[in-house]
Amino acid sequence: MFKKNAVALAVAATLGLPCVAMAQSQEELRALREQVRQLDKRVTDAEQAAIQASNRPAAESALNPAVSLILNGIYANLSQDPNTYKINGFVPTNGDVAPPPRGLSLGESELAIAANVDHMFRGTGIFSISSENEISVEEAYIQTLALSYGFTIKAGRFFSAVGYQNQIHAHAWDFTDAPLAMKAFLGNQLSDDGIQLKWVAPTPLYFDLGVEVGRGKSFPSGPDGGRDKNGFGSGNFFTHIGGDFGTGTAWQTGLSYLTTSPQDRVYDDVDSTGTPVTNSFTGKSKLWVLDGILKWAPNFNPTDMNFKLQGEYFRRKENGDLTFDTATPPASSGPQTGGYDSTQSGWYLQGVFQFVPMWRIGYRYDRLNSGTTNIGLVDSGALTAADFPILAKYNPTRQTVMVDWSPSEFSRIRLQYAQDKARSDATDNQVFLQYIVSLGAHGAHKF
Amino acid sequence: MKTILRFAAALSSVVIALPAAAALNVFACEPEWGALAQELGGDKVSVYAATTALQDPHRIEARPSLIARIRTADLLICSGSELEIGWIPLLLTQSGNDKVQLGSPGYFEASQYVIKLEVPKVIDRALGDLHPGGNPHVHTDPRNIAKIAAALEDRLIQIDPANADTYRSRSKSFLERWQAAIARWEKEAAPLKGVPIVVYHRDFSYFINWAGMRQAGSLEPKPGILPTPSHLAELIDQMKRSPAKVVVYSPYNSPQAAEFLSSRANIPTVMMPFTVGGTEKAKDLFGLFDDTIGRLLATVK
Repeated sequence: MFKKNAVALAVAATLGLPCVAMAQSQEELRALREQVRQLDKRVTDAEQAAIQASNRPAAESALNPAVSLILNGIYANLSQDPNTYKINGFVPTNGDVAPPPRGLSLGESELAIAANVDHMFRGTGIFSISSENEISVEEAYIQTLALSYGFTIKAGRFFSAVGYQNQIHAHAWDFTDAPLAMKAFLGNQLSDDGIQLKWVAPTPLYFDLGVEVGRGKSFPSGPDGGRDKNGFGSGNFFTHIGGDFGTGTAWQTGLSYLTTSPQDRVYDDVDSTGTPVTNSFTGKSKLWVLDGILKWAPNFNPTDMNFKLQGEYFRRKENGDLTFDTATPPASSGPQTGGYDSTQSGWYLQGVFQFVPMWRIGYRYDRLNSGTTNIGLVDSGALTAADFPILAKYNPTRQTVMVDWSPSEFSRIRLQYAQDKARSDATDNQVFLQYIVSLGAHGAHKF
Repeated sequence: MKTILRFAAALSSVVIALPAAAALNVFACEPEWGALAQELGGDKVSVYAATTALQDPHRIEARPSLIARIRTADLLICSGSELEIGWIPLLLTQSGNDKVQLGSPGYFEASQYVIKLEVPKVIDRALGDLHPGGNPHVHTDPRNIAKIAAALEDRLIQIDPANADTYRSRSKSFLERWQAAIARWEKEAAPLKGVPIVVYHRDFSYFINWAGMRQAGSLEPKPGILPTPSHLAELIDQMKRSPAKVVVYSPYNSPQAAEFLSSRANIPTVMMPFTVGGTEKAKDLFGLFDDTIGRLLATVK
């Protein structure tokens, strides 16, 4: 070994040294050194690049879909029993409209899994697990990626594009609970099994048109779970226009029209003697929703300060037949049925202001108008208005304030106080303290 | 319902009848890519920059106006490496435009064509808002701009072969001027070698690497987490022991934290242009680097 090295050195000395000694000036040497240094750097860079490349996950799991988990928990202090919650003046929706139970409780945990299926479709599944350990499919749909000319098709179960807030998941809402109008007209939040076709116009001003057809598996359709029939149980048409004002304000306004034909849509009430009864409605239900949203941030940079104004107006017409006490035995001439029609409306307006980074305050005003309700059985004198107490004229209101703190875009802690006058006979003072966090994939939020 | 349908049909026929613009519609996620597309495309492209230097590209609302612009785009140019993950995927699914979806020729991610720095070895949200693919702010190294320009030239030719000659000649001319400018900037930036610098966010890493500067700290305690008083106090202590020469921030950052550190630790602070349009002088890519180097030299001297 030693010998070999020695020989090599000798050879190098005899061949190389004379050349160096002969010609190279100091300057050329320096240039050479610089070249060697640069080469060395390039080799190091290349090495680093190779290391980086090799660090990338290359396992089977690299193709796993994006997974995210929403956790939330709540402390509720309510002056009224949430089990007796009702919105007077409006047909009960059988939806999940009551406030959370008093005291500490776990909110819905939400597991979302999404990925591009292939070059044609994207798939999304969102499953919620209630604090009572029930799993439900909140959304599960496929969406086209490769249709051109501004068309997209969505199929499966998804939140209907009726109004604005209905399409947004509860964890991204600016208040703990839904507006009263959503509770009264959509059973808190309307999700249906269906197909949606949407078209976005090729104009600088945002404009879209869309249509949804669905099973009609929940309020305002009925019965619960949808009818046993071919075709569709509900239809929804919607359009939005949106754009920017100047260099800090973005706006969008939308109009939607939801039409369904409920058949034997039941709800619980009591009669004039206080005995529980089940009534049912069969007919047509048509809901118009006008919504508007405005978001402001200096130079569209929401980090330090931003403001959001949001409002929706709902108007519903229902007409058909109302059956009183469906359980009346046929022996005593069976349940009584008469005509029914109603025109009702409701709206809310809310503003949320982030005044310093991470802190937001918000105020919301809710109002429902029970409008006109004509009950055939009452008009004919067969029954009295006292037999339909929930439908008695009443205009519920609610005022809500909240403050929340978001140390990062993945966590939020919120304190909310509401004075809820949904019941005609009592005011519910509600205090909520809530956390919402999101783990995993970085989901983007809709405007 | 019939009226709605009739209205819809009438409206769509009007909209469809609008003449299509002749130029290639480019949607640039950040102003630097808009400027680059303009350099290479000239009048063959119509560039829309989705953001300005005053906006944090990490935090952009998926506004209706942006969906409308992506709807008609032929080419989308973004930094990539998950910089735009909070808004671009949503805009893409909403737009119904197949030309610019991931995997289509019209989808161009600039950071794919350069070696990325700061690829995290451990990914955990407790470490801040990390980009698993590495630091996405690749445009702050002028050599990266050259590499990306070459890749973008190929892409433009692929999408719009009819104007290939224009793209080739404009790209050649740009790269010649750019290489000459890099040579000049290298000389100018020589005094910055080894200079310790405090950044707001790690958005100058590529520049620091190119100029041979030394990153001595960041105002953000962790990437994407806004400066906190306790972290700033730590940083002030650290600056007392081994002072940095300059504190920099971007136009979209609030200057308060930088000024606080600057006044306590007696280190000058500079707002860097960060991207095209960030300062008066940063009118184009050349101006961006002229001004970046100029501002640093003026402070460090």
